[in-house]
Amino acid sequence: MVVFSEKKIKEIREERQRWEKTTLPNWVKQCPERKKEFRNHSGMLLKGLYTPEDVKTLDYLQDLGFPGEYPFTRGLHATMYRGRLWTMRMFAGFGTAEDTNKRFKYLLREGESGLSTAFDYPTIMGYDSDHPMARGEVGLCGVVISSLKDMEILLDGVPLDKVTTSMTINGPAAMLLAMYVAVGDKQGVPREKLGGTTQNDMLKEYFAQKLCIFPPKPSVKLVTDIIEYCARYLPKWNPISISGYHIREAGANAVQELAFTLYDGIAYVESTLERGLKVDDFAHRLSFFFASHNDFFEEIAKFRAARRLWARLMKERFHAKNPRSMWMRMHIQTSGCTLTAQQPLNNIIRTTIQALAAVLGGTQSLHTNSFDEALCLPTEEAVRVALRTQQIIAHESGATNTADPLAGSYYVEALTNEMEEKAMDYIQKIDDMGGAIVAIEKGFLQKEIADSAYKYQKEVDEKKRIIVGLNEYTIEEEKCPIELLRVDPKVEKQQVVKLQKLKRERNNRKVKESLEKLHYSAEKDENLMPTIIEAVKAYATLGEITDVLRKVYGEYKELIII
Amino acid sequence: MQALTDVEEIARRVLSGDRKSIAKAITIIEDNTAESKRLIASIYPSTGRAQIIGLTGPAGSGKSTLIEKIVQEYRRKGKTVGVIAVDPTSPFTGGAFLGDRIRMQELSTDLGVFIRSMATRNYLGGIAKATKDAVKVLDAAGKEIIIVETVGAGQSEVEIIKVAQTIVVIHAPGLGDEIQAIKAGIMEIADIFVVNKADRENANKAVMDIQSILQLNNKEATWKPPILKTTALTGEGVPELIEKIEEHRRFLEKEIGRKRSLGKAEAEFIEAIKEKVVNSIIDDLKKEGRFEEFLEKIIAKEMDPASAAEKLLHEKLRRH
Amino acid sequence: MQSTRKIRVLIAKPGLDSHDRGAKVVARALRDAGMEVIYTGLRQTPEQIVETALQEDVNVIGLSILSGAHKALFPRIMELLKREGLTDVMVFAGGIIPEEDIQEMKNLGIKEIFGPGTPTETIIQYVMENIQERT
Repeated sequence: MVVFSEKKIKEIREERQRWEKTTLPNWVKQCPERKKEFRNHSGMLLKGLYTPEDVKTLDYLQDLGFPGEYPFTRGLHATMYRGRLWTMRMFAGFGTAEDTNKRFKYLLREGESGLSTAFDYPTIMGYDSDHPMARGEVGLCGVVISSLKDMEILLDGVPLDKVTTSMTINGPAAMLLAMYVAVGDKQGVPREKLGGTTQNDMLKEYFAQKLCIFPPKPSVKLVTDIIEYCARYLPKWNPISISGYHIREAGANAVQELAFTLYDGIAYVESTLERGLKVDDFAHRLSFFFASHNDFFEEIAKFRAARRLWARLMKERFHAKNPRSMWMRMHIQTSGCTLTAQQPLNNIIRTTIQALAAVLGGTQSLHTNSFDEALCLPTEEAVRVALRTQQIIAHESGATNTADPLAGSYYVEALTNEMEEKAMDYIQKIDDMGGAIVAIEKGFLQKEIADSAYKYQKEVDEKKRIIVGLNEYTIEEEKCPIELLRVDPKVEKQQVVKLQKLKRERNNRKVKESLEKLHYSAEKDENLMPTIIEAVKAYATLGEITDVLRKVYGEYKELIII
Repeated sequence: MQALTDVEEIARRVLSGDRKSIAKAITIIEDNTAESKRLIASIYPSTGRAQIIGLTGPAGSGKSTLIEKIVQEYRRKGKTVGVIAVDPTSPFTGGAFLGDRIRMQELSTDLGVFIRSMATRNYLGGIAKATKDAVKVLDAAGKEIIIVETVGAGQSEVEIIKVAQTIVVIHAPGLGDEIQAIKAGIMEIADIFVVNKADRENANKAVMDIQSILQLNNKEATWKPPILKTTALTGEGVPELIEKIEEHRRFLEKEIGRKRSLGKAEAEFIEAIKEKVVNSIIDDLKKEGRFEEFLEKIIAKEMDPASAAEKLLHEKLRRH
Repeated sequence: MQSTRKIRVLIAKPGLDSHDRGAKVVARALRDAGMEVIYTGLRQTPEQIVETALQEDVNVIGLSILSGAHKALFPRIMELLKREGLTDVMVFAGGIIPEEDIQEMKNLGIKEIFGPGTPTETIIQYVMENIQERT
């Protein structure tokens, strides 16, 4: 049943048409609009005014409902932030495990509610610090973890039964999860109590983040291994964070971010069902990760549309019965690519607007970028400001006083509907193409993103899109006003020495056996988690384990679409 | 070190296999400068030793991955290899995106392999000539195997692939439109068909589709093009493909080999004569002002182009 | 004789940094400006980059890096270019290269560094105005 009656809509339409013929043109004569067209990032044409006509098909009970109930448009929890604030989870990692352990403890002291780990490039690509490809890269963009020894140092003093940890790792996700489990075992924490997330979303790597080690099929197999293993043995662990953030950062617009992320989700549900699990066995632990970009209302609409669309897909396409299987739990990060190197303090304002959109969009977890991140990794001061941004929104802005405060806004509901519609178009298209892997091989997803990225740059170059401090309101002499964080180049040498020591002191026979076991298991297409945990506990290095899998699965070379 | 400005010097170094000179030589050919003719003249006597393989197929067929595996296989056999990857120039911007080498980048530090990306550049003589000349450079430099890769989408690209002695056409299942994706001109000249991504479900159907078209086209041919299956990602089927290429080479040497190379040389010779004749006549006509005169008449619709050409040439050739 | 000379550019991503949005946008912009652009994808070693530049006889190399590893990788690339006699190739760089490192990179022979937010038109103009006549 729709919210406004047909009679009422007719009345409003007639009055709106009158307004358009009288009040509006009088005003426009004095004050013409600043642009010929107003569009958001996805290219939707935005009207000067939204009225009940724009939501005339909106059925409150079907399309919005109540927080905590299907279709969850208004939020996953009945009381939303009145009951519990979102998790303030700040992405951190650089240098050695000791350096990052220090930063972890600092952030926990300053009030963050969960840990989030950034790994360095060699670790992400499954290389030890002494590999030729690791030269010059160790510890620069994240923490270096080459073995269980490093993980033990990283989590030193962190009680794994009380703190949840997110790990942004994809290719070697199984190895890093195995290390985490091993540390939990050492701390005496029962595995059922270990809580956290591994990003573990390989599909988006092929067309967005590009951190691929193996080809698509074996990568999806490894992802599914982790989903299956967690469903059975790590019930509090989110095995996957199906990500749109990287898709957006690679240049996609909001609709593409939404559609491609959801499609990846569809693909993973399908791959897990193929293992023989029932959808309600694992779907409640699938989590999502989106960006929060500049267009405030577009982003809020995107988050609401995402929740509703996923709930509908889980119910209608996959026949989930448990409401929790239909939950789209999301983590959001404010958008890195919108930050400027010019006048970096302006980034604090950008991050604030983006964070507020995430909160009004009903996120479960949030990371806010630091203002210096277009220049380097964040300093302590910068990351504190970013954390305070969340705390001020939480405690001073009033945004948390009620659930889904923007529901009913004609603009926001119209946008939410349009988001959902356009995303479904893409989903249908990819279905027709034959699924995610085919779309990747054909280069379809890559082309959509490359075209959006190019369009965006052209708009910035032509000043059709204003970026304050960059193409407008620039200052002549930009002096870098802030201290930058630099990682000590000695880190690489230290790590190499550590590795040599480790290889001397561990039981190398056990390592060899465990690696052979892993090879055998991989050839037989078994779930690799148990053998990887064994290898990790024997102190096989990350590189050694990844190399075994490289031999079995081969290495991936990307398809380039510009 | 003497700068590589002198064409003779470049030619000499190409013959000794110097990589930088090979690169400069191909640039001279691509740029179609006055020196390119002198360059070709210098190196031509040293050509004719290489085995030239053409590889063409639609985007998404796994061509570049397959080429990487083919090159690796030849390297294992101790052969040196040159690869020319051709991509289209945008008719609107004149620019080109040359991204084929990415799948072969591991090979870029193998000094026994030389890879060059060429754009079609809307050459006056057609890209085919430039590619043929670039092949000559690699040939003269001593590359035993030369692979020319194109997408095979346009008529000019069909011409390119004719530079090869053995033409391999590659396809893959699930590309949509199945066999229609292989342009008509290519089907006729293919010596070997390859269905790549043979681990896919509809691989056998792709094979059968090609078979049925071949049966329809069946003229009296002494070489029946085989249809092979490969999985480029794993390398499966590649040694067999190389075998078939070798088999074709032996066939060429024995049977119609001499006839084919005679035909090729004749075609190239006639092309060269044509180009010279046409260019020189047009240059003369322009110098004499007759060209513009007649052009004006055509624009004013006083004469149609064919009649104008006949009249003009009649005059000119009479005078000879 | 009609010359068909073109500017040939190699866009390269050295090291493990996987952020290729900027490199791809620049590659496309240069192509749309009429240049021939060779892009060899992610995770290129200095050796691969230099050998590619040699074989493709490029006029220009554009290096894109956001990971901070430029301090280790750029010197190696410039050294190899010298060794192969490719000093007439113009090299520029982009990505995240802190201001305090810029002079050091220029001392290695990198002609210009284009930081985040540089309009593509600026890069196109720079390339067109600064490539040397080929030797």
